Amino acid sequence: MSAQATASHIGTTAPASNLLLAMDGVTVDFDGFKALNGFSLTLDRGTLRVLIGPNGAGKSTLCDTIIGRVRATSGRVIFKDQDITHLPEHEIVRRGICRKFQTPGVLPGLSVVDNLMIAAKRDRRWWSSFRHGVAAEEKARVADILETIGLADRAAAPAGQLAHGEKQWLEIGMVVATRADLLLLDEPTAGMGPAETSQTATLIRRLVGQHTVLVIDHDMSFLEQLDARVTVMHQGQFLKEGSVAAIRADADVAAVYLGRAKENTHHV
Amino acid sequence: MDMSMRKETPLSGGLAGVTLGRPMALTLPVVVLAALAPWLVSAYELNLLARFLAMALLAMGLVLVWGQGGVLSLGQGVFFGLGGYAIAMHMKLAALADGDLPDFMVWSGLDALPWWWVPFKSPLVAILGVVLVPGALAALFSWAVFRRRVGGVYFALITQALALAFATLLISQQPSTGGFNGLTDFQTVMGLELGTPAAAHGLYWLTLALVVGVFVALRALMASRYGLLLRAIRDGENRIRFLGYDPTPFKVVAFTIGAVLAGLAGALFTLHAGVVSPALVGVVPSIEMVIWVAVGGRNSLAGAIAGTLAVNLAKDGVSSAFPDLWLYALGLVFVLVVTLLPGGLAGLVADAGATGWGKRLKTLIIGEAK
Ligand SMILES: Nc1ncnc2c1ncn2[C@@H]1O[C@H](COP(=O)(O)OP(=O)(O)OP(=O)(O)O)[C@@H](O)[C@H]1O
Ligand SMILES: [Mg+2]
Repeated sequence: MSAQATASHIGTTAPASNLLLAMDGVTVDFDGFKALNGFSLTLDRGTLRVLIGPNGAGKSTLCDTIIGRVRATSGRVIFKDQDITHLPEHEIVRRGICRKFQTPGVLPGLSVVDNLMIAAKRDRRWWSSFRHGVAAEEKARVADILETIGLADRAAAPAGQLAHGEKQWLEIGMVVATRADLLLLDEPTAGMGPAETSQTATLIRRLVGQHTVLVIDHDMSFLEQLDARVTVMHQGQFLKEGSVAAIRADADVAAVYLGRAKENTHHV
Repeated sequence: MDMSMRKETPLSGGLAGVTLGRPMALTLPVVVLAALAPWLVSAYELNLLARFLAMALLAMGLVLVWGQGGVLSLGQGVFFGLGGYAIAMHMKLAALADGDLPDFMVWSGLDALPWWWVPFKSPLVAILGVVLVPGALAALFSWAVFRRRVGGVYFALITQALALAFATLLISQQPSTGGFNGLTDFQTVMGLELGTPAAAHGLYWLTLALVVGVFVALRALMASRYGLLLRAIRDGENRIRFLGYDPTPFKVVAFTIGAVLAGLAGALFTLHAGVVSPALVGVVPSIEMVIWVAVGGRNSLAGAIAGTLAVNLAKDGVSSAFPDLWLYALGLVFVLVVTLLPGGLAGLVADAGATGWGKRLKTLIIGEAK
């Protein structure tokens, strides 16, 4: 029944139904400082998008606004054709968005597998938590993800004991375990060496299609491996959008990054 | 090895952070011994033990609220008092002929029973009141507070204010509450002649049975998904929120269970002690309750029972010999436990089991950073 409804929906309004997320002129004002300034962005289903911009450009704030941690002062966030701008955080997540935080947000006191189990639980209403059993499907999914993120042999270890890179992977695993349609990955390779970084790129590329993924990162070689469309933001505003190659060659992008680089060298 | 791990760990129920009791083999003999206590100890000692076991119900509730949920409540005395007063009001009324008033009301010049006393004439209302009044109050209060994302120290301070207000209210409403002296001088409860050995033994066994039942039930709860999520919320409320859970109801449930157990504890304590008064429910007793659990180990049910017994036995000893010293002694114990034994007695036992006494002693003496 729902499949049929979806099919006819696609038939009549093909472009709109492929749209998963739209941010429409979103401004976030922190006491006069506009971390986002009339920012708009659209993401289609099953695509991968990379978001870059110098430090303080507002990338994390953008994720925060989508997920409801920070509220838009003006503008709207539309997800699956519905306005989610003012929904409670857990409601937004239940609609199908999950976020990886910039500093790894794993639960240090719980084991790796329990972290994943909590993320994988389908029914997140409180009264359904008074049971001991775990659905076979959830168990299988967690076992699968453990294998994918390479932590199968650390399953029983407290998450707090993992190395930094492993925590990053665990959190990516948690975000995936929620089955969210839209994954927001804020600097997933921070603190990783080249080998781990390229493994992460492979992992993320495998997620695309089943999920829509928005990745924030600075690492150029990582971006090249992801090979996705890149959106550049600067001072809370949209700057450019294009392929990795086009963005690399862009003079405006170079200018904002170089300006930042110069400032940094002055400070050093 | 890899395979077996995969099969078993996902169902471990997440015992990280739960120091369950030592080997179960130890539990049965302890319970049997406790059940034989009426023949093993004097009537006075049995009465003390019964009171302490009643308090242990409250302490186990604090394990759920504070240890597992990370919610420090300095207001458990309020719920303890509500349970105590509910049963005490019933006993006062049950001893009267129709139309008569409790003695203290007559002395205060009241000529009619306050409306809120009336339902407690019924034993059923009284028994339900013991659990439902604290439970309902706790649920409404904690929902209103947690929903606004007030937690940590602020929550502790609010609950402390609640304890202060409750004790003050009881004292100020002397004509209907018995004021500073509280309610005392009970004769019978549900047809049982208080003060007889039969009543003392029966009430003791009832208390013991409840302690065992609550121990088993809370253990199961802590091992369930609910327990896992409660600990997860304690360790990272925001992370849990951004995994699509609403933390508020999980915390409200824990706080409510804690309050129900406190009410039950208060009612049983009142039966054993023969009195309930504002001195048992205010700020200081509420802090003492937290200290029992800190001493025993806030993540261990068995530890909470042991801590309650140990601290109250010490209180009985110290305060009969040097009444002025007790609060200082208690404060000192608290500071020592917090600085040297964050896991309480249960943590000490677990460490001794895992690494031997030598290492613990070394830590104690050298103060090696954890
Ligand atoms: N809660 C807040 N209150 C005030 N200012 C804030 C707040 N959060 C972020 N900011 C400011 O908003 C700007 C954007 O921050 P944001 O974290 O979104 O940048 P970013 O692009 O993620 O940077 P980075 O690459 O360093 O992670 C920064 O100048 C930051 O100081
Ligand atoms: Mg950032």
